[in-house]
Amino acid sequence: MPAIFPFSAIVGQDEMKLALLIAAIDQSVGGVLVFGDRGTGKSTTVRALAALLPPMPVVAGCRFNCAPGTGCTHTPDAETAASAPVPVVDLPLGATEDRVVGALDLERALVHGQKAFEPGLLARAHRGFLYIDEVNLLEDHLVDLLLDVAASGENVVEREGLSIRHPARFVLVGTGNPEEGELRPQLLDRFGMSVEVRTPEDLKTRIEVVRRRDDFERNSDAFIARFAEDEDRLRSHIIAARDRVPGIPTSDHALERAAQLCADVGTDGLRGELTLVRAARALAALEGAPAIDDAHLRRVAPMALRHRLRRTPLSSPDSGARVERAVADLFGGSGERLVI
Amino acid sequence: MSNDAPHTNATWNDACLAAAIVAIAPHAIGGIVLRARSGPVRDVWLAHLKSLLSETMPLRRVPLNAGDDRLLGGLDLSATLAQGRPVAERGLLAEADGGLLVIPSAERLDGGRTARIVRTLDYGRVEMERDGLSAKLPARFGIIALDEGVEPDETVPTALRDRLAIWLSLDGLSLRDTAIEPDWPSRLAAARRLLPETTADANLATLFCEAGCALGINSIRAPILAIAIARINAALDGRTQATTADAEVAARLVLGPRATRLPTEAPPENPDGPEDEPQQAQAPETTDPGGEDTQPEQAITPEDMELVLAAAQAAIPNAVLATLAEQKITGRAPPSSGKVGASQASKLRGRPAGVRRGEPRNGNVLSLIETLRAAAPMQLIRKRLRGGPQLLADGRERIEVRADDFRIARFKQKTTSTTIFVVDASGSSALHRLAEAKGAVEIILSECYVRRDSVALIAFRGTTADTLLPPTRSLTRAQRSLAGLPGGGGTPLATAIDTAVQLAAAQKQKGISPTVVMLTDGKANIDRAGKPGRKTAMADALAVAETMRALGINALLIDTSPRRNAEAEQLAAGMGARYLPLPHADSTRLSQAVFASRRDQDGSGPRN
Repeated sequence: MPAIFPFSAIVGQDEMKLALLIAAIDQSVGGVLVFGDRGTGKSTTVRALAALLPPMPVVAGCRFNCAPGTGCTHTPDAETAASAPVPVVDLPLGATEDRVVGALDLERALVHGQKAFEPGLLARAHRGFLYIDEVNLLEDHLVDLLLDVAASGENVVEREGLSIRHPARFVLVGTGNPEEGELRPQLLDRFGMSVEVRTPEDLKTRIEVVRRRDDFERNSDAFIARFAEDEDRLRSHIIAARDRVPGIPTSDHALERAAQLCADVGTDGLRGELTLVRAARALAALEGAPAIDDAHLRRVAPMALRHRLRRTPLSSPDSGARVERAVADLFGGSGERLVI
Repeated sequence: MSNDAPHTNATWNDACLAAAIVAIAPHAIGGIVLRARSGPVRDVWLAHLKSLLSETMPLRRVPLNAGDDRLLGGLDLSATLAQGRPVAERGLLAEADGGLLVIPSAERLDGGRTARIVRTLDYGRVEMERDGLSAKLPARFGIIALDEGVEPDETVPTALRDRLAIWLSLDGLSLRDTAIEPDWPSRLAAARRLLPETTADANLATLFCEAGCALGINSIRAPILAIAIARINAALDGRTQATTADAEVAARLVLGPRATRLPTEAPPENPDGPEDEPQQAQAPETTDPGGEDTQPEQAITPEDMELVLAAAQAAIPNAVLATLAEQKITGRAPPSSGKVGASQASKLRGRPAGVRRGEPRNGNVLSLIETLRAAAPMQLIRKRLRGGPQLLADGRERIEVRADDFRIARFKQKTTSTTIFVVDASGSSALHRLAEAKGAVEIILSECYVRRDSVALIAFRGTTADTLLPPTRSLTRAQRSLAGLPGGGGTPLATAIDTAVQLAAAQKQKGISPTVVMLTDGKANIDRAGKPGRKTAMADALAVAETMRALGINALLIDTSPRRNAEAEQLAAGMGARYLPLPHADSTRLSQAVFASRRDQDGSGPRN
């Protein structure tokens, strides 16, 4: 197992990091799509997230990551709780369908002639993250499959005389480079947030990126130790924020603001507003704020909305900028925190 | 080796040095892009590289058509059946662990394979989720990408190239330049021992980043890889500390070939020396960059910078140099990426290889071998469930195939057509028309997502016609190149048609049917040689139009002049194009006209 670059050691890329933290705090915000230049640490950041997440309670021995007390029927002893790392499951290009949805356990079929179900990647990702690198290159038939499961939260397998259904609710994280092809609109829709990353142009930031990478590669243990404290602190922030989320009210004011913003930029459907408010709430929770204010909405608006804009001819390729303009129009001022 | 050819001499020496570096630590530097035609010089180099590998370092070649089973691994069917339990077969990527992966004709690598290889390179392992098997296998290799591209645009996919430290070219070398010093193997052995304890001066990061900026290198991998090269070079030299001398070598091998501009202005200064706190605030983390570093921080001197830049500049390939010099004159930005061939393939979602589960209905084709492969492991379980084998009339055991086993062949989804827009951006065509053309391109492009078609854009003004957008399906790329489209100047119609014909013919060769859509008022005033003059300009335009008609290229000429214009009509006739006067064409009407013209051509409209 190669060493994992610590999340808190990643220089810059604040929007990407924030989107992933929000998804980690409140899974209902939806997945994260990261599009952008090569060599911006997209995959590094996602893998770093896996190491950062606090463990979750599971039914001991359940292969479907059931939470204790949810009526798990996958193991005879569903009462025993255990702690397990939050799964961040890779769906590599070239994966075959049987491994994604699960299939007959080959070993047991061959050796013992028994019919048994071997869970696939979707089962493994339940209650965690499913990560697809180069998501825009994923084969069409796998995309269809994902769309289905992501919508229903359940994986249904009917093959080889097996008839299995199991819960599969996960946060979809996709990364890719838009120059290599667009994402199917239906799949784009499944992502709650979308961020665009660029290679840092500021010289000092670049030097720091290069330096940390070199330090990490030369002595990864020492490097990880150097950031262990930061990682712990961030982890406890996530835990605290999760506890705070249910207590943060959805004020009429926040809803109105969100609705207005969506109308201004012209998003399709209600999903934009919902994501916007949820993401803002998760951010408020992360910051320890008692309520959602305009500054929260303003900060998450680009990531919640930029992939939901109707494409029109002559629109700027940077839809994030469009959202930011609309935000500035609505909330006034440039980047100033607005007090009402 | 002839002394009168210092340049070829230096090129070959660097090639040998590169071979040594990659053979010392393949995975640390990603690998090498070797641009050279297949031939004796390349063979000598490859043989030399092979001789430098230690016994434990494998070398695997990836055939261009390698499927996922060969690349990533999968179920070894014969071993599985023989042993009665699932046996995994390692793919080429896992087999290359610790050694080198050679990719011949890497310029033709498609997006899917590139993504798989690149991911393995990044992770240092293969994640196999195939055929009921799940495994993580170590795969730390270096890549030798053999680039046999002829055209400047024809090169290794950017995603791969960016990760390979060294870009080499063997152009201009002949066999007599290829002397190899005998002491490489012993130097390598010593360097491999020394490398783990070799460190790089702390200021090298600054040096490479600044040099990178001065040379217009956007990728942040370049400085990272340059540091790795400097370290290996130090070890090769018997030292445990990489210094400015090693930086020169790294600049030559890594930075020079990546340069997109010449360092004219003074290199950016290191504003305030040793403290290097990134300016961006980093939320909940303490920044102590380099604070605990073991090495004393040194400011880089202008002399160091000069040395590194000079070394890099000397390594900028001649062809690139010529383009760079030209850009400096015209101030034109370099073409977005020059990976037409690669992105062409990568956009084809669903690779040609492979089969999927499904029934041979609705025109799907049954893949017999794969179906039998799927059925084979299940024979035992089926026999047991049945209580015994089913026998054929002649007493042999019957292979039991069930509907679940059916595998159908999947086909590459082809780009069926490319619409080439040729837009008149000259002074005579008003600017707003250009804007409408841009809009039409975008509308058609969104349709193309569904149709899996692509769009290209040629703009002409002044004395030249430029391919602003090579055939693409990417909205992002299209919008980016459209945004910067300037207007004004003369009308070089002949050159424009010529460019369109060439692009269209290239598309035809790939089995893609091109449609040329030309937006112009037809008022040519620059001839083929770039000289002004209405008469010759028009004559030239008509002559080139003839070749277009001769090639049978489907074309549409949209007349953008205020009223029907005889010259444009004449030109359309010459091109064999449909003539469509649209004086107040807006983007919607334009796109409708294009769809209508394509419907006429292939009998299929846009599938909305």
